[in-house]
Amino acid sequence: MESKSKDKQMILRVQNLKKYFPIRRGFFQKIAGWVKAVDDVSFEIEQGKTLGLVGESGCGKTTVARLILKLLEPDNGKIIFRGIDIGELTEKEMKPLRKKIQIVFQDPFGSLNPRMTTGLSIEEGLRILGIKRGKKRKERLEKLLKMVGMSPESADRYPHEFSGGQRQRICIARALSVDPSLVVCDEPISALDVSIQAQIINLLKDLQDRLGLSYLFISHDLNVVSYLCSTISVMYKGQIMESAPAEELFENPRHPYTLSLISAIPDPAPGLRRKIEILEPDLSDSLITSKGCRFQGRCPMEEPRCLEEEISFEKVGEKHFVRCWKAAKK
Amino acid sequence: MNKKEKGFNKNFQLETPLAPKRTRLQEFWRLFRQNRLAILGLFIFILFFCCAIVGLFMTSGPDPLLDPAMIRLQEKLRPPLAKPNLDSLRREEIPYLGFYLMGTDDLGRDVFARMLQGAWVSLTVGFVAVGISVLIGIFMGGIAGYFGQHHIRVDHVLVTLVLISGAALVTANFIRSGAALLCLTPAYIFYFIWSQNRSGKKTLPLWAKVFRKNAVSIDTLIMRIVDIMLCFPSFFLILTVVALLPASIYNIMIVIGLTSWMGATRFVRAEFLSLREQDFVAAVKTLGAGNFRIIFRHMMPNAMAPVLVSATIGIATAILTEAGLSFLGFGVPPPHATWGNILSDGKNFIFDAPWLTFIPGIAILIVVLSFNLFGEGLRDVLNPKLRERH
Ligand SMILES: Nc1ncnc2c1ncn2[C@@H]1O[C@H](COP(=O)(O)OP(=O)(O)OP(=O)(O)O)[C@@H](O)[C@H]1O
Ligand code: SF4
Ligand SMILES: [Mg+2]
Repeated sequence: MESKSKDKQMILRVQNLKKYFPIRRGFFQKIAGWVKAVDDVSFEIEQGKTLGLVGESGCGKTTVARLILKLLEPDNGKIIFRGIDIGELTEKEMKPLRKKIQIVFQDPFGSLNPRMTTGLSIEEGLRILGIKRGKKRKERLEKLLKMVGMSPESADRYPHEFSGGQRQRICIARALSVDPSLVVCDEPISALDVSIQAQIINLLKDLQDRLGLSYLFISHDLNVVSYLCSTISVMYKGQIMESAPAEELFENPRHPYTLSLISAIPDPAPGLRRKIEILEPDLSDSLITSKGCRFQGRCPMEEPRCLEEEISFEKVGEKHFVRCWKAAKK
Repeated sequence: MNKKEKGFNKNFQLETPLAPKRTRLQEFWRLFRQNRLAILGLFIFILFFCCAIVGLFMTSGPDPLLDPAMIRLQEKLRPPLAKPNLDSLRREEIPYLGFYLMGTDDLGRDVFARMLQGAWVSLTVGFVAVGISVLIGIFMGGIAGYFGQHHIRVDHVLVTLVLISGAALVTANFIRSGAALLCLTPAYIFYFIWSQNRSGKKTLPLWAKVFRKNAVSIDTLIMRIVDIMLCFPSFFLILTVVALLPASIYNIMIVIGLTSWMGATRFVRAEFLSLREQDFVAAVKTLGAGNFRIIFRHMMPNAMAPVLVSATIGIATAILTEAGLSFLGFGVPPPHATWGNILSDGKNFIFDAPWLTFIPGIAILIVVLSFNLFGEGLRDVLNPKLRERH
């Protein structure tokens, strides 16, 4: 009975998602290696709830978002939205589903068309919903603007006339214009002032209560995520290291990386931060030869076994998973 | 309002934009105004435009006010501002202004009338040729930038080659072999449809697999065509083509347009490559807009700035090219005046009648210069990175 109702509750289930980017070199653009931007990522988002995806810069968070939105094709894995595997759908079959998943981007300056008034940008979504130009569309537009706390006059202004926080509100209004059920927020506040960050978070929370939205909330700051999210997944170099309900994660963190995030230990080896793993040329080969835990080299509890084995994602409690054999054994 | 509506956003205050309301056009004008030379360029450009249009009405029609083709052999090579010798002229031969504003040429034709007629030629050649080149440029550049990573298969290339050679054979009167080649293509397509219906995609024979291999990406193909076109010295290419075609003003426009689209293509492609990665394009895509809408409504307006600049400067180049062609005698056929052929006629009398050379020469110089100044001013305003800080 549980699994049956589970499928209904879960608005999005991502299973074993993979995306490798080729690194091309030389005159003939030969593939010299692969960036494993997303490697075996799985998570679920409950209807009306928020999943927080936390990780440092370059760990593949945006790539996950782009995969879910079908802006990128996954190399492997399933993206199941309301029971439909959207990874398999063609562009045409995807069309009616497309508007159900929307995104709010990190950079409020690049995410609005500089040559369109904000009203027109938002109306783009209403047009796609099939609302004809006229009074009805105008009413909807004003309602959307009010919903995100913008005055209706902002409709005929251009993006460069707004502040960062205001633009982010407009982006939220545009995302809501097509009546989505899942909104992916890709670091929506990291480009904003601290005072404005709180406003946007409150706005997102209010909208969730009111419209019953589900969020995938991406951030590099565990603190921010804790306000908003019911479940948190911690990502590191393309893999999810630990995943647990929010309170559980803060009370009982298992993975050494989560621990370091929570206790905000200064980064032990800053040089390693942006390092991209480059592996042997062939995809099938590199899948086999990539060995060991991704956290090796930075982990305080590292042992020889960590370099040898593929570490599996193990269950350590109710909805609590961790990708570390030592932490799982405890 | 219901309770929920009220509870929504407690410390609620609708936000309004910070900046004063100023449209993009106003902002543009404010910046453009600071560039004196560009304003001068714009002014001359408008003047030229008006002259050309007024000139068109005054010099054409069955009984024009100023007849550029009126020959008065008794009045030849009169200097500018000279009064006509009224005794020797018939009524209809007296110039409309009462004097020769820019003198007369070796056949006694009024140079002012001829300049006016030539202005219209220059204007239309400039605009039409650049219009053609910009349209081709946007089309090719847009495809290369937006669909560039798609591949063309080997069989696409072969089918095109077969079709072209078939058509060539037919036009060269080898009708049978040409028709055979033309029939090959539908046969090939039908074979593939038939074999796919029968056995699915996986069991294609080896030769078919080779045919289905990706040959080049669309982007590579288009950009190599651009490179090849740029290899020809375009003026000589135009000379060759014009020598083969019947001389007419329309052929000149088309040929100049067809040999100058490469710059616009490169600009549009570069803009599209950077635009397609931008978040607002991704956002429109996730809303569910189609490719057509994304390209024309969202990307094109943002890609137009460099095209506009290169088009303005391109008009100057086209005017210069047309003048050059007319000077060499390949341009617009003789009774019609253009600045190039006035100059060309004048060069034989450069010591006796220098105005015949200098008037069209200076006119070309001023117009070309003003277009360039205007174009550069536009570029400075449209590209904030190049803008000077004060
Ligand atoms: N189109 C691409 N081609 C090649 N590599 C890419 C591409 N997109 C992303 N990458 C690589 O994948 C990795 C993950 O990138 P991603 O943008 O997902 O990180 P992120 O977690 O969102 O980082 P940030 O917090 O800085 O936004 C990076 O190392 C990046 O260089
Ligand atoms: S598997 Fe080993 S290296 Fe990886 S986090 Fe656990 S202890 Fe550290
Ligand atoms: Mg990112």
